[in-house]
Amino acid sequence: MNDQTLFSIFFSAMVVNNFTLALFLGLCPFMGVSARVETALRMGLANIFVLTLTSLAAWFLNTYVLENAPYLRIISFIIVVASLVQIVEMVVKKIAPVLFRQLGIFLPLMTTNCAIFGLAIFQTNRGYDFMQGIVFAIGAGLGLTLALVLMASIRETSELSDIPAIAKGTGLTLIIAGSLSLAFMGFAGLL
Amino acid sequence: MRTTTPAEDFVRGIWKENPVLIQMLGLCPALAVTNTLKNALAMSAATFFVLTCSSVLISSVKSLIPKEVRISSYILVIATFVTLADMLLQAYAPVQHKELGAFIALIVVNCMILGRQEAFSSRNTVYRSLLDAIGVGIGFTIALVMMGGFREILGIGTLFDIPLFGPNFEPWVVMVLPAGGFLMLGFIILGLGVFEQRKKSREAAAA
Repeated sequence: MNDQTLFSIFFSAMVVNNFTLALFLGLCPFMGVSARVETALRMGLANIFVLTLTSLAAWFLNTYVLENAPYLRIISFIIVVASLVQIVEMVVKKIAPVLFRQLGIFLPLMTTNCAIFGLAIFQTNRGYDFMQGIVFAIGAGLGLTLALVLMASIRETSELSDIPAIAKGTGLTLIIAGSLSLAFMGFAGLL
Repeated sequence: MRTTTPAEDFVRGIWKENPVLIQMLGLCPALAVTNTLKNALAMSAATFFVLTCSSVLISSVKSLIPKEVRISSYILVIATFVTLADMLLQAYAPVQHKELGAFIALIVVNCMILGRQEAFSSRNTVYRSLLDAIGVGIGFTIALVMMGGFREILGIGTLFDIPLFGPNFEPWVVMVLPAGGFLMLGFIILGLGVFEQRKKSREAAAA
């Protein structure tokens, strides 16, 4: 059991321990789909949705199924995440085909998105209950979206600026991420 | 289709197609647990173990896995070995296990491992998959050791807990913080870019 208040869990997951900038979770989409603000925003929203579902599923598994078999945790979590992503993929393809094309490979890749799997593991390690888990998931999802959108807007702007040829691409993206992460450290004293 | 020799399979992953520095796979552990050299080594060892075992197992049973469910099957195999690695570390290196925490479990979602299974082990013989896995594993270790070494030297002023600079050294604390991970990897990649460009212009001058 964990006795943190809901607000501190939410706030900590969103900015202080931002999944992308402080814990390095979900870096693949962070590098991959952060070229356009609009796509980044949609990816973030899709992430919030999957994260919340994962949190629900992980809580359910922990409480009712895995009580006596903690060693099966990693295997059962990954199956749950994989099936959830599959379902979300089918739903998105059906109701928002444009979004489906924009997200491309990064939607199925959510299975191997550390953020989603990491959420299930962190939630378990910290012993969050049902409500705490949901709040944690939404906070983490909003944090991911925030990081993605910030990154995308900086990259959109930097496309027009004069950058040395060797610095273009991943190197620059990483340095920008580093500076963003530094900025987010400023939130550390808040909690 | 046999386009590469076994020796090439082995060497390729070490530097030319280095998983972290060139292909940008498996970034999460490369950034998260490389604040000291010891943690970087423990992480590399665990990943190496999982990668090699999964590659060997998957390439030996590849004809039994139906094509439609291959990704799920690979993930299950990987998850099994990660559970094993988790337990082994807990038993034999409890300090490191505590330091790495949730990131051991997160080896499951390391895209590099799944990538090797999909791209290589599922179509090649056991022997060649083993060579490939060892090569990629060494490449991953090199990248992590570089990150961990530089960050520990600059951020704490020690290497393997041995002080390097004497008492007057002011550590760059930012290097052991999350931001330092991004910055260090960014600088390493920029450095490699400069190196590549020099090589290209030298080749152009020679030709």
